Amino acid sequence: MTDTSKRSSLIGRNLLAGAEPDVAGDAGHEGHPPRVGFFTDTSVCIGCKACEVACKEWNAVPEDGLDFTGMSFDNTQGLSASTWRHVAFIEQNKPLGRAEAGVDHGDVDVLALAARGSGTPVEEAAITPTSPASPSDGGRNGLRWLMSSDVCKHCTHAACLDVCPTGALFRTEFGTVVVQDDVCNGCGYCVPACPYGVIDVRPEDGGAHKCTLCYDRLGAGQEPACAKACPTDSIQFGPLDELRERAAARVEELHRVGVADARLYGHDPEDGVGGDGAFFLLLDEPEVYGLPPDPVVTTRDLPSMWRHAGAAALSLLGGVAAVFAARAGVSGRRTGRRR
Amino acid sequence: MSESDVTRDGIRGARPGRDAQVGKGMGDGRRRGRKGGKGRGGEQSVVPRAEFTSYYGRPVLNPPTWSSLDIAGYFFLGGLAGAGSVLAAGAELTGRPAMARALKVSSIAALAGSTAALVHDLGRPGRFANMLRVFKPTSPMSVGSWLLAAYGPMAGAAAASDLAGRLPRTGRAATVGAALLGPAVASYTAVLAADTAVPAWHDGYRELPFLFVGSAAMAAGGMALLTSPVAENAPARGVALLGTAVETAAVKAMERRLGVVAETYREGRAGKLMRAAEALSVAGALGGALLGRRGRPAAALGGAALLAASACTRFGVFHAGMRSAEDPKYTVLPQRERLEARRERPEDD
Repeated sequence: MTDTSKRSSLIGRNLLAGAEPDVAGDAGHEGHPPRVGFFTDTSVCIGCKACEVACKEWNAVPEDGLDFTGMSFDNTQGLSASTWRHVAFIEQNKPLGRAEAGVDHGDVDVLALAARGSGTPVEEAAITPTSPASPSDGGRNGLRWLMSSDVCKHCTHAACLDVCPTGALFRTEFGTVVVQDDVCNGCGYCVPACPYGVIDVRPEDGGAHKCTLCYDRLGAGQEPACAKACPTDSIQFGPLDELRERAAARVEELHRVGVADARLYGHDPEDGVGGDGAFFLLLDEPEVYGLPPDPVVTTRDLPSMWRHAGAAALSLLGGVAAVFAARAGVSGRRTGRRR
Repeated sequence: MSESDVTRDGIRGARPGRDAQVGKGMGDGRRRGRKGGKGRGGEQSVVPRAEFTSYYGRPVLNPPTWSSLDIAGYFFLGGLAGAGSVLAAGAELTGRPAMARALKVSSIAALAGSTAALVHDLGRPGRFANMLRVFKPTSPMSVGSWLLAAYGPMAGAAAASDLAGRLPRTGRAATVGAALLGPAVASYTAVLAADTAVPAWHDGYRELPFLFVGSAAMAAGGMALLTSPVAENAPARGVALLGTAVETAAVKAMERRLGVVAETYREGRAGKLMRAAEALSVAGALGGALLGRRGRPAAALGGAALLAASACTRFGVFHAGMRSAEDPKYTVLPQRERLEARRERPEDD
């Protein structure tokens, strides 16, 4: 906010924040392939979780708990060391664009039907599917079921990579961010550094893990397992420039057919993380999907943090010296008087 | 499954018109039911202002995997060691040998404890040496590891020379060296915490270093009061007062800046710890300052209160950070406010 005026020379070169057109080049890769990423178009996601399964299978990611959460169809809950794709499910009382249910069930009393056929009295039913929904958007009712497959964003300015003390996290020639498991010592610094809550430490082996954007498959000229498995092409893989163009066209098209809620997330190279390598088309605010509305790479402020810490350290040194000097003066005067 | 192949040159074999037409077939939308209003909701914010939503209340961030005993304990011990080295040098140079020796010993002991805590907190402790595999100024943990690697031997040499009574010149040099690096050891831990996405830590990055050095001075002053004879403890009382004043002021300034996130420092376990720290530090600093010159028991009691206060502050800061990472409110609300502020500004032109 106010700090943008106080940006340091490092930030002027956009190595810590801001648009950085050539991440792989800045990381020292010469003659590297174009930067690749994901465009996840959530408007066509059907929540099949094939991406979750394909990711686990291909990358041999271990099972990390089988729960029933009650969060719609989402029992995966979120990204973690052993969950690199996570499909979010959101049920909303809201029509999707101008779409409407083709058949009007308004005159069908499902509870009356249920009362006839089931043993549960209507009053005791846990859910009341025919409870009239609050009218929305011009008096129409609707239900929309949002689904979105979340993944590591492979940020242009990746805080996890910046703060990693061992160099285990590195930038690949494809512009993606990958953990070297044989270097990671499990300090866990990357975990709170990530503004999206992606990377985590796996308790079983103590190391940090996250999506590699299938680095091994990329090297063989293949697309990542999740994108390959996606039956609706909700997950699209390709060179980032091309994906951004395609995404812009798609959001325009959706606006044209009346889905005013459609918006891109993480596509802007001027945003707080310099743009995501994996970005999204969402149908609601990011926080509805569990995404931060305005993520900022923490290291953007690091030069200022070091300056403040330096000032504090000098204050400590100076303060203690001043106390001793003052005491020396006092005791000197006292001894002088006594003599 | 998908019939198209994605290559580095783009998608090959994609079927034409494969993009789902959400809402298509519904006419142009003006067919029915759109009386009153032009249905151009797209430009306006869809969600009412300042309304907080989240994904089933789940955290946006992954909370730190650090254990409070290890990391908050390290913040405390690192501060005690670093500020203690400064006091030790001051005591030695102004002819207070007992205080100097006590603080040198406490510094190397605190440093040993710090190192043990840091190694213990690693997911793979056997690989602790990887911390010195690279030097990365963008990683406060890397900077800190190198700092400790330089500071540790100096603090150790200073204590060893004093205790053994050997190599006084080397000991003096090590004492001064440790005193110069000590403040960095005490303050860098604030950057370590602030250089994360944790709202209660990151958003307070301007005040946190001062809070940490204040707390460190308090701890070292307390240790000096606890361990030195009354004849030598005058500077310790001054440092304790100064540290308490700086820490208290930094906490207040930080809470003012943090807005809604300041709740994490006022409520719950962190709130209790922060209040205990304030009470203990004021009691310890004033008690030590006023009564510490009269006798050892009062000085020792004040010193112990100051040490406890410093520890409470560090654990309070740690738990406030954990709470702010675990509740999506503290991630989403400040970011929403930031977005709204940015959205309003360019509308002027």
